[in-house]
Amino acid sequence: MNEIQITGGLILAGTLFMLGLIGVLIRRNIIFMLVSVEIMLNASGLAFIVAGAKWAQPDGQVMFIFILTMAAAEVSVGLALILQIFHQLKTLDSDAANEMKG
Amino acid sequence: MNLLWLIPTLPFFGALVLVLFGSQLPKKMVPIIGAGSVGLSALVTFVVGADFISSSTTTYNFTAWQWLDVAGLSSAFAFHLDALSLIFIFVITFVGFLIHIYSSEFMEEDDGYARFFAYLNLFVCSMLILVLADNLVLMYLGWEGVGLCSYLLIGFWYGEEKNGYAARKAFIVTRVGDTAMAFGLFVLFQNFHTLNIQEITTKAPQLFAVGSEIPLIISLLLLGGAAGKSAQLPLQTWLPDAMAGPSPVSALIHAATMVTAGVYLIARTHAIFELAPVALMIVGIIGATTLLIAGFAALTQFDLKRVLAYSTISQIGYMFLALGVGAWSAAIFHFMIHAFFKALLFLAAGAVIMALHHEHDMFKMGGLKKKLPVIYWTFLIGASSLAALPLITGGFYSKDQILWLTLAGVNGNIWFFLAALLGAFVTSIYTFRMVYLTFFGQEKTHVHYTPGKLMNIPLIILAALSTLAGFIELPHDFFHLTIFSDFLKPVLPSVVVEEDFESIEYMVQMIAAGVSVSGVYVAYIFYVVKPELADELKSSAADLHQFWYSGWGFDRLYNFLFVRPFVFLASINKNDVVDRLYTGLVAIAEFFHRIFSFTQSGILRWYIMGIVIGGILLLTLGLIS
Repeated sequence: MNEIQITGGLILAGTLFMLGLIGVLIRRNIIFMLVSVEIMLNASGLAFIVAGAKWAQPDGQVMFIFILTMAAAEVSVGLALILQIFHQLKTLDSDAANEMKG
Repeated sequence: MNLLWLIPTLPFFGALVLVLFGSQLPKKMVPIIGAGSVGLSALVTFVVGADFISSSTTTYNFTAWQWLDVAGLSSAFAFHLDALSLIFIFVITFVGFLIHIYSSEFMEEDDGYARFFAYLNLFVCSMLILVLADNLVLMYLGWEGVGLCSYLLIGFWYGEEKNGYAARKAFIVTRVGDTAMAFGLFVLFQNFHTLNIQEITTKAPQLFAVGSEIPLIISLLLLGGAAGKSAQLPLQTWLPDAMAGPSPVSALIHAATMVTAGVYLIARTHAIFELAPVALMIVGIIGATTLLIAGFAALTQFDLKRVLAYSTISQIGYMFLALGVGAWSAAIFHFMIHAFFKALLFLAAGAVIMALHHEHDMFKMGGLKKKLPVIYWTFLIGASSLAALPLITGGFYSKDQILWLTLAGVNGNIWFFLAALLGAFVTSIYTFRMVYLTFFGQEKTHVHYTPGKLMNIPLIILAALSTLAGFIELPHDFFHLTIFSDFLKPVLPSVVVEEDFESIEYMVQMIAAGVSVSGVYVAYIFYVVKPELADELKSSAADLHQFWYSGWGFDRLYNFLFVRPFVFLASINKNDVVDRLYTGLVAIAEFFHRIFSFTQSGILRWYIMGIVIGGILLLTLGLIS
């Protein structure tokens, strides 16, 4: 892989991460927030792959598999939580779940 | 003499049992334990005393265990028995036992029966430790112990607010003296490097010359403690109020034993006082002034027990006067006789008050001669002894000895003698005023209760003692018996009499006898023959009467000098300046807590924002550095 492809890959990863982050920050719907978190995870996974390719090491790919596994687990827990929140609050608005303030 | 340790231990265990199991014990067992423990202790005292007198030794030491050993100060839990402490433990246990027996009937209807005996036993134990201690640290333990018991017993009927005030007053005023005494002990230790009384007694004349500064400071500080405990000027105000306690308490603590602890302290440390003639002079002046002030105050009281309280202050004034002129054994002799007759008077007064259903005012009594014959006769004997009626009473011999030595002793002077003489006159007036008002004249209050055997027997024994005990020491020109002063000679030096006075001793006795009899006569005229004369005198000098009645206005003076400024300062500092630092810390913590609790908004996106901003800040820092 040459230098330009690496830079492009990293820029893509960074852009995806920022999109995810902004999504988490501005979205109020919890499902969209979860999706945005998934985007951020994949962005970091992409960064690992690119870095692993740059140094010709398998570590990047190992890390990506880890992230994938973790994301799967996280989604299952997250969806369960979202179901519970919906049951309790009858809404998916994250701002409505502010009963533990101060 | 090996049984010596049992004497304070028995009352201690009595108190312990009563404190722990007092409420479960059947009511009959309480006086058996309470009076029994003191009775056994008195019995042991007799055995030890007989052993001590028959053996040729003059001291006996018993060390129970080492108590403290720090930085050169080593004091043991050790008892020292000599003639002085033997006399004291005899009076404490024997008179104490009689008073316990009396109390078993007197306090029978009271709810705090077991509590009363527990306190009383604890008191006897502390008092015994005080007089038996061989070092001043242990003595201080007993000293504070009796102070505590005095507080507890004055406030025994704590349901009434004024009793609590009286108890606190007694505790605080004596604490003033005790603080002075503690400082005295510090100075003593600094100079002698020991607080063992015997070592101090032998070391003192070697270390200091007569009239040097250190003994003066020490003796003045010790005098402060003695004046507080013995209710002498200027710390005498607590004793009249201490009459709030039950009568047996007044008899035991505030007449016979605890209030004479000051006399004991000065007699015990006489080696130091002898090195400071100025201090001895002050002791004499305090004694002379106190006996006059308290005597005049006693003339105007209505409350039977308050008369006796002022009379106690006055009689201890005599003891201080005797100490001041170096007549050590005369002071101790008067202490012993006073313990007998004043305990008798208080117990009899208690019986009268109980018989009249808690009536304290003498002007509402009267005519009790027929109704309470035993009380009348014993009270009369006690009163005669207090008024020092010549020849037949114990009080005459002890007081006459003091009068004689204030004049003829090398440290005596004519002013002390005149003060003592005037005091004797006043004493016999107020004593017989009390007798005439209470037992003669019309019956004004009905008798509710006739005291039984348990109250009468102690009265009779004490009456016998306050008469007979006087005969163990008779003046030079009258049989010349010196059993008592010979007995004390190994401990206390005898007083030197100026030679050219020897011839007039007879005259002094005649004067003393005449003064006391004429005092009785004056009281007779004023309160029996022409009672209206007393009222006239009272109304013509109403201001003076009021002044004397309030105890020479000392309470008001102290209220103005100390209590009000203290209350004023306390009210200024109501919010406690020192505490401000800590309340400030609390306020700061609460302030930040409130600010940070805003960030706990519960809105998830705010938290994420926080994480992001924090992450960016950390990254920036990492990039910059």
